Amino acid sequence: MEFLIVLLILTLVVLVVTAPLRRPEAAAPARARDGGARSRARLEELEAAREAKYREIRDADLDHRTGKLSDADYETLDRSLRAEAVAILRELDRARAGAAT
Amino acid sequence: MALIGRALLILGLLVAVYGSGASLYGARSGRREWVDSGRRSVYALAALMTAAFAILEAAFLRSDFSYTVVAAHSSTTTPTFYKAAAAWSSQEGSLLLWVWLLSLWSSLVLVLTRRRMPDIASYATAVLLGFGGFFTAMTVFFANPFATTATPPAEGAGLDPLLLHPSMMIHPPMLYSGYTLLTVPFAFAIGALVTGRLSSDWIAVTRRFALAAWLFLGIGVVLGARWSYTELGWGGYWAWDPVENAALMPWLCTTAFIHSIMIQEKRGMLKVWNASLVLASGTLAILGTFLVRSGILDSIHAFGASTLGVPFVLLIAAMVIGGIGLVIWRREELRTEARIDSLLSREAVFLLQNLVLVAMVFVIFWVTFFPLISEALTGTKVSVGPPAFRPFIVPLALVLVALSGIGPIIAWRRVTVANLRRSFTFPALAGGLTLLVLLVASGAAARPFALIMFALAAFVLATVAQELWRGVTARRAISGEAVPLALAQLVRRNRRRYGGYIVHAGLAVLLVGVAGSSSFQHSRDVMLRPGQSAIVDGYQIRYVRPTAAASAQKLSFGGVLDVSKAGHHVTTLTTTRGFYPAQDISLGELGRFFNGQSDSDVGLQAGLTRDIWTVVNPDLTPLQPLISQGDRVFGAAMVQAMRTVGRLPLAQAQQALAPLWRERDQAISELAARFVTHPWAVNFLLIVSPLVSWIWIGAIIIAAGGLIALWPVRALAPRRARSYAAGPPVAPAGLHPREGTGALVARESAGALAAREGTEALAARESAGALAAREGTGALAARESV
Repeated sequence: MEFLIVLLILTLVVLVVTAPLRRPEAAAPARARDGGARSRARLEELEAAREAKYREIRDADLDHRTGKLSDADYETLDRSLRAEAVAILRELDRARAGAAT
Repeated sequence: MALIGRALLILGLLVAVYGSGASLYGARSGRREWVDSGRRSVYALAALMTAAFAILEAAFLRSDFSYTVVAAHSSTTTPTFYKAAAAWSSQEGSLLLWVWLLSLWSSLVLVLTRRRMPDIASYATAVLLGFGGFFTAMTVFFANPFATTATPPAEGAGLDPLLLHPSMMIHPPMLYSGYTLLTVPFAFAIGALVTGRLSSDWIAVTRRFALAAWLFLGIGVVLGARWSYTELGWGGYWAWDPVENAALMPWLCTTAFIHSIMIQEKRGMLKVWNASLVLASGTLAILGTFLVRSGILDSIHAFGASTLGVPFVLLIAAMVIGGIGLVIWRREELRTEARIDSLLSREAVFLLQNLVLVAMVFVIFWVTFFPLISEALTGTKVSVGPPAFRPFIVPLALVLVALSGIGPIIAWRRVTVANLRRSFTFPALAGGLTLLVLLVASGAAARPFALIMFALAAFVLATVAQELWRGVTARRAISGEAVPLALAQLVRRNRRRYGGYIVHAGLAVLLVGVAGSSSFQHSRDVMLRPGQSAIVDGYQIRYVRPTAAASAQKLSFGGVLDVSKAGHHVTTLTTTRGFYPAQDISLGELGRFFNGQSDSDVGLQAGLTRDIWTVVNPDLTPLQPLISQGDRVFGAAMVQAMRTVGRLPLAQAQQALAPLWRERDQAISELAARFVTHPWAVNFLLIVSPLVSWIWIGAIIIAAGGLIALWPVRALAPRRARSYAAGPPVAPAGLHPREGTGALVARESAGALAAREGTEALAARESAGALAAREGTGALAARESV
């Protein structure tokens, strides 16, 4: 009985683990998918950078509101952070356009 | 079921080895199906290990002594609560717990990243399955939890009495969760280094796992300290024991990492440092497991001793060499993208704080391993204790606390002197005033380190209070909310920031407890007869009467003590020492009941200002002649009885011997009762320790802050996009209507800038327009920071 249970578990594990290898698209050439993976990686990097920049803009605003940054310092910092955010967004647009083509 | 359990382990090993290989092949060849197959191997490993652990737990709960591990670590008299925990008191069970937790956390991270960073995740999967394979191999080849015996004993040896403590149910799983969670950022760091994708996205994914590891490790460390304080009977909570240090080192390293990744996220700096920290934290986690399970260093955790040293050393060596090699290989990509603008900035404070934390790790590592290093070099094993740590750790801790106060009140990038003055005035006054009051009105001047710690703690608490108050004031200026609601909304909207501040406050409180209790503790080791008393720190502690109790599980000898101060009753303390019967019959039929393992039940009256703590150490020498006489009598009676019952079936033999056991139990009870009826002088350790409770309170505050920081927050861009896509720019819930028009406010400000600043500001204006069109004004989240 125990042997049968072990056999059943083994079969289940093999079926579950190897299922992706039995999919039809598994036969697709790897090289064709390389470019897509690279552009997706770039998009992910830029999206992470965008989130970090948004957080930085929020943090600077909170620092200003809680008195850690003077008006003048905040204005300079906010402007430079927004310019950095725009640069990231432009790059993101380019990356998205590249991924779409 | 043992066969199935063993088969599950072997299957788990095969799955881990296959999955690791499949992930690597998939990552190298770009064949997605192999990567998916590797990912499914992690899920399969989690399912297999869950089933294996359930089988082992079931064996413990039903006291199935055919499992050798159950017979060695449990008994029918072990309470159910502890039977469940006994699984991880054993070498075999704890290794299975490790790989089970690892497989669960690995599955969780792969579910969360299933559509993100496929290239990094593939290598991370391979690394996680590599760890899974290693620990499964340990259970398959070196410490099989499903080993059975053909002749199971009628009764098990029982759980080590020192582990009969509620926190032991939670302490090991917490530590192991921390250790296993640390392998997740480690694995993703390896993936990032191998692929060369070293921007902040891998950090964004694994930050939460590092934070969870930090939280679990911290809880585990504090529970261990609490266990030490209430169970080990030496009066302290931290002994700088190698196993304690093994958990503290990765916790400190992860604390550094959690702070320094913010610099990388914001500024693209410290990439080499962060990669090194996360690799070091992962390696220290494995080192911690190694120290607990190998018994390589003398420790109060002697129950973990084993011979798993060589495989662990090889794994740690591979992690260290591989990690260093990868960092060197990727040194160009790890080059920093920016420089620190000013030494008066939060990133500069974080960097200094990181250096202090790493210095602490280095000191603890060096002193902990000094006995081994010394033995290797000189052939003599040197013992080191707390005095070897203090000269380094105390000053570093003082600097750390000061920095934990400075960090929150200093802005990123740069600050002006005027802002510094404004931010520092109140906290500096609070710290200075505390210093002054304690100097004048207390005896704290005699303990300068403690005095400085109290002043710095006041400074930190004042900075956190000031930050919260300023945040609440800013929010109320916009929303007009009541203070409690404004506070709750402020923290909710900025969990990472204010969760961190709360952790800083908790750390200050905890270290006040540590400084107070270690610097101003009064302790006396006295011999008292009933009626006699001793004075400790002005408290008169009188030994009222002895107590004794005998049961099949243990013998207890103790005392009741009355505590009074200036003639007023303060409290009554009861302390006992329990003796558990040894299985070794060479100790004598009675003697084995008095000479087995023992534990302490401390007498404790905890308070906010001080703890009164005592433990009894009963000297049983006066009973020894009677015990020896009883051993002779019962030994002879046993020999006589065995001649009669030796050939009878087991059930009948037990029935025939029952009267003899009853007489033996009666004799033991009468011997124990002599401790009460013929009292003699007993040794008591009496301690009055101030502020200990603040350690536990501080730890709870830290855990609360950690949970707040850990709580999931939706990404900013989609959140804003949804918010604005839902309709006209009305105020999102909890915000003042003015805030809902954030985009307009920002556009206006960009316009104003354009007028003043020229093209640069136009870029800013463009950004507002572009963002509004594309992201639902996501970047203008700044306007909703409070």
